[in-house]
Amino acid sequence: MVSRTMDDYMALACAGCKAVNEPAFWAGFDRASAQGFYDYFRQITEYEPRRAAKFCIEHYCWLCINPKEAEDPGLAREVISLIPEFLKKPNVLGIGEIGLNKNSRNELMILEEHIQLAEDHGQLILVHTPHLEDKRKGTKLIIDALLNHPKLDPGRVIIDHVEEHTAPLVLDKGFWAGMTLYPESKVTPNRAIDMLEMYGCERVWMNSACDWGVSDPLSVPKAALEMRRRGYDDAFIDQIVYSNPAQFMGQSERFALK
Amino acid sequence: MADNDPNLVDLGFLDARIKLIDIAAFLDRLDRHGQADDYRVDALRKAFSELNSQEAGRAARVLDALSDHTEEPIEAAVIQGAFGAPLKTR
Repeated sequence: MVSRTMDDYMALACAGCKAVNEPAFWAGFDRASAQGFYDYFRQITEYEPRRAAKFCIEHYCWLCINPKEAEDPGLAREVISLIPEFLKKPNVLGIGEIGLNKNSRNELMILEEHIQLAEDHGQLILVHTPHLEDKRKGTKLIIDALLNHPKLDPGRVIIDHVEEHTAPLVLDKGFWAGMTLYPESKVTPNRAIDMLEMYGCERVWMNSACDWGVSDPLSVPKAALEMRRRGYDDAFIDQIVYSNPAQFMGQSERFALK
Repeated sequence: MADNDPNLVDLGFLDARIKLIDIAAFLDRLDRHGQADDYRVDALRKAFSELNSQEAGRAARVLDALSDHTEEPIEAAVIQGAFGAPLKTR
């Protein structure tokens, strides 16, 4: 939410939103130093929760260096070394959004190190999968990397940005699947509902992309409206937009909405 | 499935019609400007066959058709974005 205005928090509150979770992500440009990440981590662990609280919304976040900036292992390791200090903050749910972007060797190496960090500190994991032509291959590489950690419980990992060709890969291995909704690219509300019909409603959540690009914080409420138009009842909608995310995030003792 | 199935054709037909015409107009536009010879357009044309398929799973197969099918990580990421179709589609 760091790239959104207070208007968006107001709209979310009016739509019934109780909590948001914000992954550490790419700023649209590469940060020049680890110090830039230090300030960013302070922003999402200290300042952003206060902004959200003004609208009675709980703010949670995830920490990492996003895969788009993981091509420089030296910088990435410097940033990773900052994370343990911030894991003590009360709104941190885990490590994310880690993953891959262009499926490179360095990205994969830094993904492995993030997974190890999460395992060492008993943290939940939020994974970003690559977009467009890179998603299929990247999702498979990410799943292999996660399965290389036999002690890691797949039920404590959500793999985000699934689409029709990757959702079964993720769910079949016991991971949670995230469907990030966008107004004009990637997964639309109707396609997300289609995936629920095809792959079921267990271990699945929807989330609204709220970044600096063309995105809409009200995508999830709009998907709920679409579900209603398609004949789904309140109990079904509640499971998808509230109970499922609360179940996953509730695995962290920090998450208050159980 | 929903308990009370609404008429999904009523809900979605006009939107699908608009998108189909948009694709046709896009191809006409590329022809007019001599820009149809592009690996991404080739990939789209190959994926079109799925629209006439009678078998469920069309969306997943279209996505597969527009995906990189190599399995090894690349040596280095020299760009950060993606193009929507793999370079090696010809």
